[in-house]
Amino acid sequence: MLKMEKRDRNLLIIVTLMLVFAPFLLNPFPEGSVMAQFNAGYPDLMQRFVIFGIFAIGFNILFGLTGYLSFGHAIFLGVGSYAAIWMMKLLTMNVIPAIIMAIVISGIFALVIGWISLRRSGIYFSIITLAFALMSFALAYSVLTPITGGETGLQPKAADLRILDAPLAAGSTPRANLFGLEMSSSYKLEIGNWLFTFSAGYYIAAVMLLLSFYLSIRIFRSPFGMMLRAVKSNQQRMNYTGLNPKPYTLAAFVISGMYAGLAGGLMVAMDTQVGPERMFWTASGEVVMMTILGGAGTLIGPVLGAGLIKYMENIISKINASILHEWFYWLPDGLENLLVTVIYPFIGKGWHLTLGIIFMLVVIFLPGGLVEGSQKIGALIRRKLDRGKDKAKSSKSTKPAE
Amino acid sequence: MSILEIKNVNMRFGGLQALDDVNLNVVENTVHAIIGPNGAGKSTLLNVLVGKLIPDTGSVMFDGKSVLGRAPYEINQMGISRVFQTPEIFGDLSVLENMMIPCFAHRDGAFELNAVASVTSQKDIIAHAEHVLEEMNMAEKRHMHASALSRGDKRRLEIGMCLAQEPRLLLLDEPTAGMARADTNNTIDLLRQIKDERDITIAIIEHDMHVVFSLAERITVLAQGKPLVEDTPDNIKGHPKVREAYLGESADT
Ligand SMILES: Nc1ncnc2c1ncn2[C@@H]1O[C@H](COP(=O)(O)OP(=O)(O)OP(=O)(O)O)[C@@H](O)[C@H]1O
Ligand SMILES: [Mg+2]
Repeated sequence: MLKMEKRDRNLLIIVTLMLVFAPFLLNPFPEGSVMAQFNAGYPDLMQRFVIFGIFAIGFNILFGLTGYLSFGHAIFLGVGSYAAIWMMKLLTMNVIPAIIMAIVISGIFALVIGWISLRRSGIYFSIITLAFALMSFALAYSVLTPITGGETGLQPKAADLRILDAPLAAGSTPRANLFGLEMSSSYKLEIGNWLFTFSAGYYIAAVMLLLSFYLSIRIFRSPFGMMLRAVKSNQQRMNYTGLNPKPYTLAAFVISGMYAGLAGGLMVAMDTQVGPERMFWTASGEVVMMTILGGAGTLIGPVLGAGLIKYMENIISKINASILHEWFYWLPDGLENLLVTVIYPFIGKGWHLTLGIIFMLVVIFLPGGLVEGSQKIGALIRRKLDRGKDKAKSSKSTKPAE
Repeated sequence: MSILEIKNVNMRFGGLQALDDVNLNVVENTVHAIIGPNGAGKSTLLNVLVGKLIPDTGSVMFDGKSVLGRAPYEINQMGISRVFQTPEIFGDLSVLENMMIPCFAHRDGAFELNAVASVTSQKDIIAHAEHVLEEMNMAEKRHMHASALSRGDKRRLEIGMCLAQEPRLLLLDEPTAGMARADTNNTIDLLRQIKDERDITIAIIEHDMHVVFSLAERITVLAQGKPLVEDTPDNIKGHPKVREAYLGESADT
C-alpha cells in the first residue's frame, strides 16, 4: 500500500515534519518584538492554512490534471459546512459524523453539478460553474432559509436535538470535540520570550491534510491520474482510443468536490458556525488563485499557494500606519513619511492590492507558480555549485601539466 | 469475407452532396485504398466510419454490427482504430505514457476508476507498451515529451498507439501527407511490416500514388462523393475513367 516513488515519499515526509512542527516554524519571532506580528503560529491561522490547503489540493485534482477550470468549488465548501452543522445539531458535537457527512453530501452535490456542467468544456464549463455558484449563494442566503439559516447562518445551540449527546444546561455553548477532546483545547509552551501553542483542532486538521495529500499523490501516480492528464492533453485522441473522457472528468470533479466538502466540514469543526458568504463566488475564485499561485498540476503547489494567500490575508492586513511609522522611525522624518505614504495603500485593507500584484508577477514570469520558482532557484544554485566544482577540478587537473 | 460493409450512404452539408449513395465493401485482411481528388469526400467517409459524423441515410456494418449512432470510443472498442491527417497524440505526456494509454483502453475498456494502484505497478501494461515501442523503433525515445518528436516520429507513435489496441480495422487518413520522401518510404515499410505480421485490415486514404500502388490490394476511386470504380491496382492504373477523373487532375496539383 505504502509503496511510493522515493521523490514522493520524501515530499510526504517533509510535509509531515512541517505539519508537526508548524507551531514552532510559524512562530520564529519572540513575543513583544517588532517582528512578532509576522508570527503565524497561532491556532486559528494554522487551522486555516491546513483547511484551505485541503481545499486547494482537491481543486488541483480537477484543474491541475484535467484543465477544467471551475468557478464554483466554494459551493462544496459551503455544502460541507452546512452538512456538518446539521450533524452537530441533530446527532452529536463529536466531529466525526460531521466530517463524514460533509464529504458525502458535498460529493452528491458535486455529482449533480458536475454532470450538468461537464456537458460543455472550456470557457462554457467555467461559466456554468459560476452560474451554479451564484445560484447556490442565493439559495443559501434566502430561498432555503429554513435549512441554511439565511443571512445569519447556523450554529449549534444548547437546546438542539442532538440525540447521541447528553442534554446541555440551558445557556451553555456546545463545543465541538473528538470523543471528548475539545477542538479549542490547546497546550501552551513558553521558552524564554517565545510562546508556542499546540492546538488539538490544528493537529486533527493536520492529520486530515496529511491523508488528503497522500491520497492526492496516489491519484497523481495512478492510471486514473494519467487518464486525467490525457483529458487535458487531447480529448479527441482519447475518444478515438476507445476511452470515454466524460466519466473520468466527472470522477475528478466529484473527488475535488469531496475534498472541498471535507474542508468545509473541518471549518465547522474548528469554528462551529456557517453563513452563506462561505459559498460566495469570490471564495471560489480564491481557490483558483491559490492553485495557480502555488503551481497547478504540481503536488505541493496548491498547499503553498493556500498558505501564502492566507498568510497575507491575515498578516499584511493587520499592518497599519502606526506600525509602519514604528518600522521606519530611524529614517529622517520627510523620508519616513514618504515611505509610509507609498506603502500604506498596500497594507491593511489594501492587502488585496499586494496579492494582485504578486499574482500577476507569478502568472507572467512563473507560469508554473511558486513550485516552478523554487525549482528555478534550485537549478541556479546547483549550476553555481557545479561550476565551482568544475573550476576546482580543472585547476587540479592542469597542475601536472605545468 | 467483408469486414466492413457500407451501403447507400448519403451525407449532405447544406447544398453540397459530400457523399452520394456510397456503396463499398472492405475485405478482411486486405489493404484497401480510397483515392480521389480534393474534396471528393474521402475524409467525410472516414468520419462516418468512426462515428464523428452521422450520415443522412444508409448503413455501415462492421463485422456484422452497425456502427451508426455509436460514440467514437464505442466504435473504437469494437475494433476500429484511426490515424489522423495531422498526428493526434498526447503532446503533454511522455512517449511511453502515450503508448500506455491505448494499452489501458485495450485492457480495461472505456472507463475504469483505477485511482489507487500506481502506474509503475502495471507491469503488463508497461511491457505491452514497450514492446510496441520497440516494434516502432522508438524504444530509445520512450522518455521524451511527445510534443518534442519530429513529425515523422509523431506519425509512427500514432500508428503504434493504434496497433497497441490490436484493432481489426486500421483507418489511415493521408498518413504521408507533408512528409519528406525518406519518411514516406519509412512509413510504407512500416505499414507493409504491419500487414505482413498481423491479422489486420487496413483502409487507407492517400494522395501519393507511390504509396497507394506500393501497398494497396484493392482501390476505390471516389469523385464528387460517388465511388467511380473499384478494382486492383493494375487495372486502376490503366482505367480511362480514372485517368480522366483523378490521375489527370492530380498531375496538375
Ligand atoms: N463539416 C463540414 N461542413 C461542411 N462542409 C464540409 C464539412 N466537411 C467537409 N465538407 C465539404 O465536403 C466536401 C468533402 O470534403 P472531404 O474533407 O471529405 O474531402 P477529401 O476527399 O477528404 O479532400 P482532401 O483530399 O482535400 O482531404 C468538401 O467540399 C468539403 O468542403
Ligand atoms: Mg481529407
